[in-house]
Parts: sequence; C-alpha cells; structure tokens
Amino acid sequence: MSAELFSVFYQFADVFAFLILSAAGLAIVFGMMGVINMAHGEFIMCGAYVTVGLVNLGVPLPIAQILAALTAGIIGMIVEYLVVRRFYKRPLDSLLATWGLSLIVTQSMLLIVGSAVRGIGTPEGSFAIGGYTFSTYRLVLFACAVAVLAGLYIIFMKTRFGVIARATMQNAAMAKALGARTGRIYSISFGIGTALAGLCGALYAPTMTLIPTMGATFVVESFVTVVIGGANVLLGTAPAAVFLAMIRMALNASYGQIIGQIGMLFAVILIIRVLPEGLSSVLVRRGR
Amino acid sequence: MLKLLEGPQTLGRGKIFWSCFLAVLAGALIYPLFADSYDVGNFAYFLIWIFMALGLCLMWGYGGMLSFGQTFFFGIAGYGYGVLAINMGGGTTTIAALALSVVIAMIAAGILGYFMIWGGISGIFFGIVTLSATLVLAFFLGQTAGPEWHIGPARLNGFNGMKGMDPLTVGNFDIEGSALYYVMIALIVIVYIALRMLVNSSIGNVIVATRENPQRAEMLGYDVRKYQLLTFVIGSGLAGLSGALYTSWGQFITPSSIGLPAAAMPIVWVAFSGRNDLTATLVGSFLLLFGFQTITVYSQQAALVLMGVLLLATVMLAPQGFVLGIGKLVVDWWTKRRRRNEAPALADTARLQSDET
Repeated sequence: MSAELFSVFYQFADVFAFLILSAAGLAIVFGMMGVINMAHGEFIMCGAYVTVGLVNLGVPLPIAQILAALTAGIIGMIVEYLVVRRFYKRPLDSLLATWGLSLIVTQSMLLIVGSAVRGIGTPEGSFAIGGYTFSTYRLVLFACAVAVLAGLYIIFMKTRFGVIARATMQNAAMAKALGARTGRIYSISFGIGTALAGLCGALYAPTMTLIPTMGATFVVESFVTVVIGGANVLLGTAPAAVFLAMIRMALNASYGQIIGQIGMLFAVILIIRVLPEGLSSVLVRRGR
Repeated sequence: MLKLLEGPQTLGRGKIFWSCFLAVLAGALIYPLFADSYDVGNFAYFLIWIFMALGLCLMWGYGGMLSFGQTFFFGIAGYGYGVLAINMGGGTTTIAALALSVVIAMIAAGILGYFMIWGGISGIFFGIVTLSATLVLAFFLGQTAGPEWHIGPARLNGFNGMKGMDPLTVGNFDIEGSALYYVMIALIVIVYIALRMLVNSSIGNVIVATRENPQRAEMLGYDVRKYQLLTFVIGSGLAGLSGALYTSWGQFITPSSIGLPAAAMPIVWVAFSGRNDLTATLVGSFLLLFGFQTITVYSQQAALVLMGVLLLATVMLAPQGFVLGIGKLVVDWWTKRRRRNEAPALADTARLQSDET
C-alpha cells in the first residue's frame, strides 16, 4: 500500500517539478514587470546547451548546471538592457519583441549548431520501494523545484531587495518617488527570471534530447501555470502548479502524456471562464 | 452598401485609390496569360495566406485582440478539409468539404472565444492562451503517427502529415494551376471588400470603440463581448479558410504548419504591414510572403531569422507597421503637393488627414 502511495506522490512530484521549474522564471518577470517573455523557451534552451557543453568539457554536472543558470541570467540582463527595457509601458509590444528574439535565436542556432548535439545521459541511480523502482534524479528535480520556491520566498519576503521589489510590483511610480531605483530592480528581476529559465534547462538537459527548438516543450506548461496563477505570482504560482499537477498526474497515469497535456489545457480554459484573475485573486481575497 | 467601402476605419479613398486598386486587379487577372504555370502556382500559394493575415488584422488591429492562434484554426480547417474530402469522396463534394471545414474552425473559435471573452481575459493572456492551444494541437497531431489514429479512411500520420485528399474539384475539373489562381483572386477581392464594409459599418464602429476603451463601449449600451466574439469568429474563420485552401492546394498538411515557428508568421506579416489597416496588411503580407519564399529556397532558417529581425525591428522602430508608415508618408507628401497647387481643395484634404489619425 505504501508503495502505491509513494508511486502516486512520485508521479505528482515529477509533474509538479516540471511545472514549477519551467514557470518560475516566466512568472517572476510577469509579476514584476507585467511582461511575458516569449523568449523564455530560448533561455531554457540556453541553459541546457551550456550545461551539456560544460559537461562535455569535463565540468561536473552540478557545477555546470549552476554556471548555466548564471549564464542565462547574465544574457537575460543584457537582453533586458538592449530590448525589453523600452517596452515596460507597452506590454503587448514586449510580447512581440521577445517573440522576434525567440525566432532569431532558435533559427540561428539551427543554422549554426545544427540539430544534433551529443547529449549527456540521465545521472544514474534508482531505488526500489515495494515492487517499483524510481529514478533518483526525478526526486532531485522535485527537491530543486521546492528549493526554487523557498529561495524565491526568501529573496522576495526576507531581503531588502525583496521589500523594494514588492513595492515596485505594487506601485512602480510610488516606489520610484520614494527613492527605489526601479530600473535596476527591473533589470535584476529579469536576470533572476532568465536565470531560473536557464536553471530549468540545465536541470532537464540530462533527461532530454538537445535540439534548438526544445524550448517549445516547456512553454505551454509555463504559460498555463502563469495564467492560472494570476497577477500576484508570489502567491499564485505554487498553488497553480499543485492544482495543474494533480489534473495532469491523474490523466497521465490513465491516458498518457498527450492526453494529460490536452486535459490540462481544457482545465485552464474552463478555469479562466470562472477565475479570469487566476488563483491568486481568490487567495488575496481570502487573506483580507 | 457601396458607401461602406470608404469610411473612417480604412485608408484609401477616392478616385486615385480605386483606380490603383483596379489597375492592380487587372494586372493580377492578366498575369497568368504571360507567366509560366509554375509561377502562377507559386503566386496562388502566396495568396492562400492572405486570408489569415486579413483575419488577424481584423482581430488585432480593429478589435484589439492579439490572437496567437491563427495557425490553430488554420490547422483545424486544414485537417478538417483533409478528413472530410477523404471521407466524403472526391468530386464536387470537395467544395462542401471546404465550406464545412471553415465552419468547423469557426465553431472551434466560438467555443474557445466564449471561454476567453466571457471570462474577461484580454491583452497578454489572450495571446498566450491562444498560443498554448495552438502548441497543444501541434503536439497532439505530431504523435498521431500510429495506424490507430484515423477518422474513417483518413490517416492522420503524425509528423509526416496527412495526404491523399482530392484538390478542390467541380465535376471532373480539378481546380488547380491558373484556375485555382483565379479562385484565390476572386476570394481575396470578396473578403477584402466585405471586410472593408464590415469595419466601416456600425458593427465595425463598435468593434473599434471596444478596442479603444471596452468600459466606455459597454457604458454606451453595447454588449462588447458579443462584438468581440463575432470579431474573433470571423478572424479565425479566415485563418480556417487559409488552412482549407492550403490543404487542397498541396494535397497534404503537416503539424509543422500549426506549431512554432509557423504560429509566429501571421503576427510578423500583420505587425510589419500595419495592423490598423486592411489594405496595408494585404499589400505588406503579400510582399513579405514573396520575400520569404524567395529566401526559403536558399535557407529556411535564414528566412525565419529575417522574419524575427523584421518583427523586432517593427516594434522597436515603427510600432504601427512599416507598410502603413510608408503609405502615410506618401499620402502626406501627395496631399502637401496638392495643397500647394490648388488651395480650394483644402477642405477635402483636411478631411482625409483627420480620418487617418
């Protein structure tokens, strides 16, 4: 019995980790600046490629993953400085600009790198409970997802940067009037967002085939999590991921991945009809 | 009715504009007489996509709804045409298959639109929900390679795509080559004229008022949701028309014409052209498709990189669109010259300029 229970938890953890890791970066950028980064998938791809490149050079996997996240973060800050910065007043245009960027990056990668890159295998290690065997790396991913949530909580709730960032999120003009350097806050937040995207790619790099278009595998999950999470991403993203992971897990188990994804999409479409503001709006109302 | 051809919502009016329109149309009609049939087929291929662009122009430029789901409805109708044409048998029934597949796309748009519009989501979320639906459809069709995925005798075939449907046929006459070209020209003229009339009609005014300020339009007594849904269904239905025509043109369709990067293409065409005007979209999309096709022959990736660059350049340099911007420059230059030459025509030009803004 306990083996079955653990198996259910394991499947839930797997989907939950995927949702959180792919959505966290997008959610931070959206929550802070109201911008949806359409090049999110490309930052994920960047993290994956840097990881694999470093591992092939002989760098140990965990260090390669951290370096990959940092690389994506730095590139993100450069992109923010060059492009995204101009569009904070025009969120729809920022969508188009980052989508243009995404096209340029994906197709240039296809031109330059080609479609085949030697991958790295999933770190081995598995354990058995009852009659089932489980991969340890999947649980590591779950632990990372929880760590990302905890890290974001600490950064945004317990640090000075977090206080100023939340003030900027609530009312940018007022925060600026009180002396917060909102431009820098935006730049750092965008960097954190893209670093998280890079981390996602780095963590999933050992488990998937590396192709320049791999970012597309993550974007649906990240979009729907952010849509269901709603405007207050610090509050909404985690519950949204729990909720979607439960639906997805149930459908995955009985009908397979693709039906799981379709079911998740249908659930999202139904939910926006009743809760267009997302889960966070309910939670905010409860909190008052 | 004809009065609606010109109005505050569309650029281009008066004798000069319509003379140009007729000249271009006449040029398009006699083109197959001296071009070889391969070029005519290629031309017909560009024209397929124009419907999708005009539909997006209506939704985004006039209705303020940025839909990333044009290829979703393109795919639904494209696959719909294939399934129906194979199941109903060839011959004249292909015309019914075309019409039905567009209706199916419109019904899908009605359902998706109902949930989004009545839910009250707009702006960025409208884009990413429609894009999510598009990508999920592409993923789904991509894994339908097995023999268990079939509708009647029509195999979906996964990434390799569906094939084996008949082209549009009347009796024993296949509508291909220059016949297809003329059908496309006729459809484009009909759709273009109909959309001009729509946006200049009272319905069009409400659609534009909703774009400008949904609350204000609602306070004026309009149920804006109904107008938005109507816009979404028409715009998506035009994408469906493109899809069904595409399948009948090449007698195949693959999931790659639905997912990324295909989903970005209508956005690039319309953004580059100028989303606020149907004529600019028509001209600009055609130019871009022509350029894209020319470069694709050498390298598809390079062509797509160029599309990305154009999208980025458009939003950074000319958010209203390049073709529209250039068109306005020409009109300004023209009216200035006229004003210098004949002062009495001032009233007329003043009207023209105030309508542009």
